[in-house]
Amino acid sequence: MQFMLLFSRQGKLRLQKWYVPLSDKEKKKITRELVQTVLARKPKMCSFLEWRDLKIVYKRYASLYFCCAIEDQDNELITLEIIHRYVELLDKYFGSVCELDIIFNFEKAYFILDEFLLGGEVQETSKKNVLKAIEQADLLQEKTENMFHSKSFIGSKKAY
Amino acid sequence: NKNSCVEAGIRGICVGRCKSKEAEIKRINKELANIRSKFKGDKALDGYSKKKYVCKLLFIFLLGHDIDFGHMEAVNLLSSNRYTEKQIGYLFISVLVNSNSELIRLINNAIKNDLASRNPTFMGLALHCIANVGSREMAEAFAGEVPKILVAGDTMDSVKQSAALCLLRLYRTSPDLVPMGDWTSRVVHLLNDQHLGVVTAATSLITTLAQKNPEEFKTSVSLAVSRLSRIVTSASTDLQDYTYYFVPAPWLSVKLLRLLQCYPPPEDPAVRGRLTECLETILNKAQEPPKSKKVQHSNAKNAVLFEAISLIIHHDSEPNLLVRACNQLGQFLQHRETNLRYLALESMCTLASSEFSHEAVKTHIDTVINALKTERDVSVRQRAVDLLYAMCDRSNAQQIVAEMLSYLETADYSIREEIVLKVAILAEKYAVDYAWYVDTILNLIRIAGDYVSEEVWYRVIQIVINRDDVQGYAAKTVFEALQAPACHENLVKVGGYILGEFGNLIAGDPRSSPLVQFNLLHSKFHLCSVPTRALLLSTYIKFVNLFPEVKPTIQDVLRGDSQLRNADVELQQRAVEYLRLSTVASTDILATVLEEMPPFPERESSILAKLKKKKGPSTVTDLEDTKRERSVDVNGGPEPAPASASSTPSPSADLLGLGAAPAAPTGPPPSSGGGLLVDVFSDSASAAAPLAPGSEDNFRAFPKHPRISAGGSEFVCKNNGVLFENQLLQIGLKSEFRQNLGRMFIFYGNKTSTQFLNFTPTPVPRCGLDSLTRTHLNLQTKPVDPTVDGGAQVQQVVNIECVSDFTEAPVLNIQFRYGGTFQNVSVQLPITLNKFFQPTEMSSQDFFQRWKQLSNPQQEVQNIFKAKHPMDTEITKAKIIGFGSALLEEVDPNPANFVGAGIIHTKTSQTGCLLRLEPNLQAQMYRLTLRTSKETVSQRLCELLSQQF
Repeated sequence: MQFMLLFSRQGKLRLQKWYVPLSDKEKKKITRELVQTVLARKPKMCSFLEWRDLKIVYKRYASLYFCCAIEDQDNELITLEIIHRYVELLDKYFGSVCELDIIFNFEKAYFILDEFLLGGEVQETSKKNVLKAIEQADLLQEKTENMFHSKSFIGSKKAY
Repeated sequence: NKNSCVEAGIRGICVGRCKSKEAEIKRINKELANIRSKFKGDKALDGYSKKKYVCKLLFIFLLGHDIDFGHMEAVNLLSSNRYTEKQIGYLFISVLVNSNSELIRLINNAIKNDLASRNPTFMGLALHCIANVGSREMAEAFAGEVPKILVAGDTMDSVKQSAALCLLRLYRTSPDLVPMGDWTSRVVHLLNDQHLGVVTAATSLITTLAQKNPEEFKTSVSLAVSRLSRIVTSASTDLQDYTYYFVPAPWLSVKLLRLLQCYPPPEDPAVRGRLTECLETILNKAQEPPKSKKVQHSNAKNAVLFEAISLIIHHDSEPNLLVRACNQLGQFLQHRETNLRYLALESMCTLASSEFSHEAVKTHIDTVINALKTERDVSVRQRAVDLLYAMCDRSNAQQIVAEMLSYLETADYSIREEIVLKVAILAEKYAVDYAWYVDTILNLIRIAGDYVSEEVWYRVIQIVINRDDVQGYAAKTVFEALQAPACHENLVKVGGYILGEFGNLIAGDPRSSPLVQFNLLHSKFHLCSVPTRALLLSTYIKFVNLFPEVKPTIQDVLRGDSQLRNADVELQQRAVEYLRLSTVASTDILATVLEEMPPFPERESSILAKLKKKKGPSTVTDLEDTKRERSVDVNGGPEPAPASASSTPSPSADLLGLGAAPAAPTGPPPSSGGGLLVDVFSDSASAAAPLAPGSEDNFRAFPKHPRISAGGSEFVCKNNGVLFENQLLQIGLKSEFRQNLGRMFIFYGNKTSTQFLNFTPTPVPRCGLDSLTRTHLNLQTKPVDPTVDGGAQVQQVVNIECVSDFTEAPVLNIQFRYGGTFQNVSVQLPITLNKFFQPTEMSSQDFFQRWKQLSNPQQEVQNIFKAKHPMDTEITKAKIIGFGSALLEEVDPNPANFVGAGIIHTKTSQTGCLLRLEPNLQAQMYRLTLRTSKETVSQRLCELLSQQF
């Protein structure tokens, strides 16, 4: 996989992960073009499209589009399920995930993604194992935060 | 534990909170100023605050704003002992790293410490960071360490997984920095690991490594097969959390199938049998009722199925599996899921090119045509167009072209141009009847005139000029098409050109008398653009020559103010010159100057070049390039050689060739204007590529002249062998030819233990001095990996198309860097005219009848020469057969003589060839006689065959 983008129906980029070296300018250009292309597609259309010399696999979950760019020889359907598994992971972690979870807990979204995909390849497909790793890290975080800082903020998505 | 490190204050930046873009920017700038002052403040920040502000910066960056500070603070966080601070530091680096070398050194230092910490969580973070950044500096620092972590016995599973993919990323960025070593065999054995997560990560790594180093990882084949076999035969609950919606380990299965595509079918019959069983099981499962109605279940199952089909196509060796795959895809073509229909169409495109399944694919033609008509998604329709193009052959060309034409009427604008090109190519390639071809192109112009590029209408003119059997029909057809009150300007161009050349062929009919033709064209004149009007003026002067009776009418037109005083200098000049020419020149001079165009030189269809260009490697700046074909057309050297007519530089270029030198009445005008120059340059640049002076000592001397050396002649009668060898490099060949097409596999073996860098082999076709403007051979290849490891071999496939008969063999230029010096090797590729020979059996009577028909002195070439090898009958027979011709027994009355017959296939012509070899044992001499319908072919074949005895 060359990169993964998450963006909203309004075209706001919510998460970007690049597995190939590109300049910031190129990243912005690609993002702009792709967001435009994908948003222009109708709901019942197929989830794959050719774009430059890459294959784009995308799927919409509620207000968010998950969009992956893969290479010619890569498998489209399994990529679609990579997206789904990532959504499942987010869902399980946040408990019914929504766009705001990803906005405000973006670092968690990145950490989960890193446990699941690394270097553009699937690292661990077991939901249990991925979440175990994240929860262990959270425990570490909790411990240190409680030890050194009393301050903590509760981000309830209902407030927005 | 859902705490966010972003304070409520800044959250307001998000959508909906700020009323306008300006308000958002104002808010952000305020926050950035605040953070900057904190970082610059006198008071040293504690780790927590540092983390908080770095996190805010990251947040702001992810909202789409530029961040130009905070990197140092993030790097500081890396060395924190607190997990949460370290984690945010790494995240910032992963997302925002730039190649500031000072920072990279610091980052690498922190990573080094974490890798050495033996704390699996810290090691994991460090490995993720390397994998995310993957820069060359990181590869330099860690390419040695990561493999050790990967294969160490005491490494935790999760760290192993990260290490495997981290190494994969480093290898992709800098393969030269990841040397193969002892660890490779241990990595292969990770395929047997108990932990499926480790196997999954390792399989990705092995696949990537095996693509470049197939030998090193050969043993992975049997391990992958047995792993796959265990997965596909497992019950759906066996693999616990690795079962995904009742499909056992779909990701791993896909990866294993992908790994197997790096290799040919397994040689060991047991392994091969087991793999066939696996593939059959996967195909069988596709027929079973689904275990779940969830789309995830069917997607995962079909992902494995499609990958299995890819492997079957890759092996291309089991007709039974190929046909089953084709049937399975056929079912998907009518599936209710759009995604599956899309993938089935895509996958079938590759099946269409396998000889085992081409016919099976063709049986689905009606479904595909239906898809073209009914699919609601343009990207699916696009796949249907691709598949129709791929399955097209002589038997169905008329139907497919007709369907594409009718689709074109309603096709999406985004794919019209591509369809136009495809139709034009198919119509030309499979035209048995050129009238059909002309009709098709005129239909293209009628239906989608705006999308018919110059290449397409130039091409129809080239073909009409070159084939006298279609000229009358073409003239009649364009004349009729021009009757339409509103016709596309491209039609006026084609019509104007063709009537100017061949209007006389229909002038006998009073309904299309010269005056009628002229009036018809002139009625369109005023509506046309300047270039078209310029072309029409040339048509008119051609009419003056063809039809003296309309000369006064045309002179009146030329004399008119709107021509002689036209504001456009090109039009004015043409009017003045043509008027003068028509006035002063005698009939003879007119006839010479305005002679019918000579045939265009045959070369690759410019349309094909255009399609290749359109579908070629994409550049980031070009939105149009959406295709995946990545073939590199090496045909024209650095600049793509433009086709003769399309290379003319200005839009008002004169197709009639008159604009260049209307006053030079000797001989036909150059047919390709500016193109000639381009060709001369590109040919000389590529063909004369000399050996680098410094490298000559290392190499056997190669012929510098464009002549076939005696050494190359050993390949005339055989297709495989070692082409070249020196201390560094060995080049092996395998090739196959069929009709006018061929495929050559070139194997480059690095004989040293050191890597070759920037390894670029480029096959370049050459042209003889006699024909600088022509391309006789088209060579197409893909670039090979620029790095060839010590002892490794890379393969390059060259697709060859013989356009017309030729003398000069192409050259293979190889450049690479070895131990700091640049090496240059040029060697002739043994592609000779006889490779395109198809043997023809015929009776004695037929042979002599044809022999007599070819009695023209130019058609026969004879050579009498001394035998260089012992005169052995059996060897001679083998050589004649190896040369490509049929060996005809009992044809020659003298049994000691050898007689052969065959056809030389080129794209533009087929030339029947007869040969006779008469040995004279006593004198140790041969007499070789070649008779073909083409002088150049006779000559070349005689030369080639004479060297063999």
